[in-house]
Amino acid sequence: MALLLLALLPVWVAWANTPFHLDLASRLMILAIAAVSLNLILGHGGMISFGHAAYLGIGAYCVGIPAYYGIHDGYLQFLLAIACSAAFALVTGLICLRTRGVYFIMITMAFSQMVFFAFVSIEEYGGDDGLVIDMRSRFAGLGNIENATTLYYFIFASLLASLYLVHRIMRSRFGMVIEGIRGNERRMQAIGYNTFRYRLACYVIAGALCGYAGALLGNFTNFISPEMMDWTASGELIFMVVLGGTGSLTGSVLGAAAFVLLEEWLSAVTIYWHFLFGALLITVVLFARNGMAGMIDRLGRRAWRRSS
Amino acid sequence: MAPVVLSVREISRSFGGLVAVDGLSLDVTEGEIHAVIGPNGAGKTTLISLLSGELQPERGEVTFSGRNVTALPAHARARLGMARSFQITSLMLDMSVLDNVMLAVQARDSGAWRFWADARRQADLVEPAFAALDRVGLAARAAEQARILSHGEHRQLEIAVALATGPTLLLLDEPMAGMGAEETRRMISLLSSLNREMPMLLVEHDMDAVFTLASRITVLVNGRAVASGPPEQIRNDEAVRRAYLGEEEL
Repeated sequence: MALLLLALLPVWVAWANTPFHLDLASRLMILAIAAVSLNLILGHGGMISFGHAAYLGIGAYCVGIPAYYGIHDGYLQFLLAIACSAAFALVTGLICLRTRGVYFIMITMAFSQMVFFAFVSIEEYGGDDGLVIDMRSRFAGLGNIENATTLYYFIFASLLASLYLVHRIMRSRFGMVIEGIRGNERRMQAIGYNTFRYRLACYVIAGALCGYAGALLGNFTNFISPEMMDWTASGELIFMVVLGGTGSLTGSVLGAAAFVLLEEWLSAVTIYWHFLFGALLITVVLFARNGMAGMIDRLGRRAWRRSS
Repeated sequence: MAPVVLSVREISRSFGGLVAVDGLSLDVTEGEIHAVIGPNGAGKTTLISLLSGELQPERGEVTFSGRNVTALPAHARARLGMARSFQITSLMLDMSVLDNVMLAVQARDSGAWRFWADARRQADLVEPAFAALDRVGLAARAAEQARILSHGEHRQLEIAVALATGPTLLLLDEPMAGMGAEETRRMISLLSSLNREMPMLLVEHDMDAVFTLASRITVLVNGRAVASGPPEQIRNDEAVRRAYLGEEEL
């Protein structure tokens, strides 16, 4: 239902002439992909990564830096975004995943801050002023995504593909093992799983997917800066996943949607919108088990019982 | 004598100043149930952890199926055919009963590096998993969430999970812990039927179970074996009575 609405949104935007809504929905869907990827490690894997926005930044710079040198080949840029993010996840994962709990949170955050400061200090690519992308990715044989509606459908298709991908992964043998490790890692080792390798693989997949979202984000904003991978941005991604319901695929999308829409509306009402945000998160965590997805699930079941 | 499956030579492990297992040697041979008994704190659970690879010994050597496994981690030993159960039930409680066993089934071949096909529709996982559940009498509960099972059923599922890895040796850490008389009786008959297929090392407090099942008993006190032999010999051993069995009527 919600997906159908998203599919038809551009038609309505064209009719009502409110291109702003198209922008809002594009941003929403990109962040939804990022939230879905974070959910893979946070919700399914039980690992609270506080540095996930680093992959958004890496992905975006993988579009921005080639564009800076006049390379606009979209296949190359997106492939680069996925490869660099996966490589970063692999290297940092080898270290991070040896730690647990608070230490894991701190070390993932530390790594993402390292990337943040690295890009701040590289003057060539704008430092903390950021980098303007003068031309979006071009896909030889398929065309370009300069047009806002084309870009919108490109992002929409990417979201659908990501959801399907994660859905399949979580139902596969690998996904079952990830779920098992979250449930009881010690037992999984006793059964014969090298759980470290499985968690690392999960971490790399999540990083790669978020890098892809980052490449979309770079294209969408036409401007990239280190700020998009600041630790507060990572916190916002966690916010979306928790608000939507950890471990739920639709939950991550709902969480991203709620975040983007509330940010939009609340910031129009008051400059203290962060305060209301916090209050909302506390309410959801305290009263709605499994976030928004869990809430909808329960309401649905109640309605079903009443009707039958 | 039957071939030796598991051989433990002079292993020691201490925690801080406390020596939990102290120069212990024992064997498990093909076809037998070797029971390890001893008072609380004798080092029985530490022994299981040392054998399964969760802990590494400070000294000594563990040989399994003719291979020195002393330095191998738990998951590698499991893949060689060593399966353990836990004293305190250790399961994936948020997953279904069948899922718990399926995870054990897929651990035994190439692992689970398959990212696309729906695991729960694969006959080569589901069928062996059902067979293991059937074996312990839980097939009817396959679809339930593991959390809602009773304590006795959790103990049965522990065995099914261990069984589904296709082991050549079972390490059982108090499989009857917390069970009623009827459940214990059923567990005894299950273990004795499984024993036709694989040898076991059994750590257990329930003396009826031990003397019914074991072909050999080692008595552990303060991390050392004070006696070892067939049940009749242990029952009549003066040193054992004094050190451990005390006034308890056997």
